[in-house]
Amino acid sequence: MMGAEFVQLSLTPILIGTLSAIACALPGNFLILRRQALIGDAISHVVLPGIVVAFLVTGSLASLPMLAGAAGAALVAVFLIETIRRLGRIEPGAAMGVVFTSMFAGGVLLLEQSDTSGVHLDVEHALMGNLESLIWFDATGWASLLDPAAVAGLPPELPRIALVAAAITVLMLVFWRPLKLSTFDEGFAATLGLPVRLIGLALVAVSAVAAVAAFDAVGSIIVIAMFICPPAAARLMTERLEHQVAWSVLFATLAAVLGYVLAGYGPLWFGSPNAVSAAGMIATVSGAILAIACIAAPHRRRIGQPAG
Amino acid sequence: MSRIVTPPALGLVATREAEAEARAEAGRAALALREITVSYGESPAVFSVDATFPRDSLVAIVGPNGAGKSTLLKAALGIVPRLSGTVTVFGMPLERARDRIAYVPQRASVDWDFPTRVIDVVMMGLYRELGLLGLVRASHRERARACLARVGMADFAERQIGQLSGGQQQRVFLARALAQGADLYLLDEPFAGVDAATEKAIIDVLKELKAEARTVVCVHHDLATVTDYFDRVLLINTRKVAEGPVATTFTGANLQATYGGRLASAHIDQLKLAD
Repeated sequence: MMGAEFVQLSLTPILIGTLSAIACALPGNFLILRRQALIGDAISHVVLPGIVVAFLVTGSLASLPMLAGAAGAALVAVFLIETIRRLGRIEPGAAMGVVFTSMFAGGVLLLEQSDTSGVHLDVEHALMGNLESLIWFDATGWASLLDPAAVAGLPPELPRIALVAAAITVLMLVFWRPLKLSTFDEGFAATLGLPVRLIGLALVAVSAVAAVAAFDAVGSIIVIAMFICPPAAARLMTERLEHQVAWSVLFATLAAVLGYVLAGYGPLWFGSPNAVSAAGMIATVSGAILAIACIAAPHRRRIGQPAG
Repeated sequence: MSRIVTPPALGLVATREAEAEARAEAGRAALALREITVSYGESPAVFSVDATFPRDSLVAIVGPNGAGKSTLLKAALGIVPRLSGTVTVFGMPLERARDRIAYVPQRASVDWDFPTRVIDVVMMGLYRELGLLGLVRASHRERARACLARVGMADFAERQIGQLSGGQQQRVFLARALAQGADLYLLDEPFAGVDAATEKAIIDVLKELKAEARTVVCVHHDLATVTDYFDRVLLINTRKVAEGPVATTFTGANLQATYGGRLASAHIDQLKLAD
């Protein structure tokens, strides 16, 4: 199981899944603490039409057009929400719900109607991800990791998500103090001269980048599980933010690895020859980890309770 | 009125002199607010408030609910945008005086379930010193602990903040402000919903700060303690009603003007008031 076939078929999907999960879980920690968990959901929905339009315009799935498309879609979403909220006089939550679902549905329709047969972009992949197909053709075994020719043949999604995960990690380490301060007490942070609005926007922007990068691996729906589940479970393990972030990385890794393995090999154990969706299994494992944490974690009584 | 009857040239001189005098006063004061107007919606929450908080004073901002007391404080700190007006801190614009201001927000404004410890919250007061990546030294931790000790919370340093009572949380916020080592302290309802021991601990620290020639400004809701705790008072109800030493400003007439019919005169009679 850990031989040449593993390196060729499973190593890169597992790495891409893990890095996607980590890239989403890191900003997810702060989204949850800021009570903005739904922004992760919103981003994951809005990203889809943005990516489809970017693909239709440029004809490629390169990172920059996709990011630009997602950012453009986010701007359109913000504009629509404000417009609906003002003209329709309905509460912001309802306006958001309408806009995100409509834009997402529009993205699905657009995708269905357009010719994307040449690339890995169709409705199923957009929703559920593409993890199983991100294999490393050029690998012949573990030694391939040291072979420049084989390394050059790695699926481009891997360096892309690795870069994004690394950038998010560095950003979070460098801006740890302002991020923590403005998340805990925005008013106080503002009196220290910190640009609290910019920090909030930057967090959303970083989350959007993570969502776009993870789109390849897990699709636009299941990304939400990666934003929310690992940090939420991590929150139940500790009373310190530093430790919470570390736990969330651990849970994200666990969910990605275990989810991929269970999806690929789990059905075999039950005598079924077909594997199930890796992204679906990763999200399911994330949820299971959260459920176990809710029941068994040391600080579970704190969740959602007002401080006494 | 006087401007109408004074000859134009003389009027101009008088205006210029008044402006110069106002500027000089603002320079001497710890905090000077000029024509502050803040609006959240269509009607202003604070309208054209002028106020001068002299150095070395302990000031209460008093007024009914929704009178814009907290909003005025937040506008002075630049947390909420001003529609108009200027803020001068020790003769400098707000942005250049950030190191000299400490702020204690309302306790209910943050989520006390946040995963952090008491000592970490106090350390936040050292942010301007530490910066993005400055190394936390033992001396920083000692200072944070000393600030906790000053509010009687030394034994709680390692506690998660959600485990504290309301009064203890308020004291931690005060300790964080102390760690800022400022000359001007702005506190938003520091006595709201705290136990008697905490109220005593807080007012003792505030009086110490004044004794150290620092300036303390509190949004305050308890009319019964104004005379005992503070030496100056600013009465507002969207607009400024009165401002000055408690001894001459905290009068029944001014309170009626501030609260209107909302404060029964029987209640006013029970207060310790200026003559």
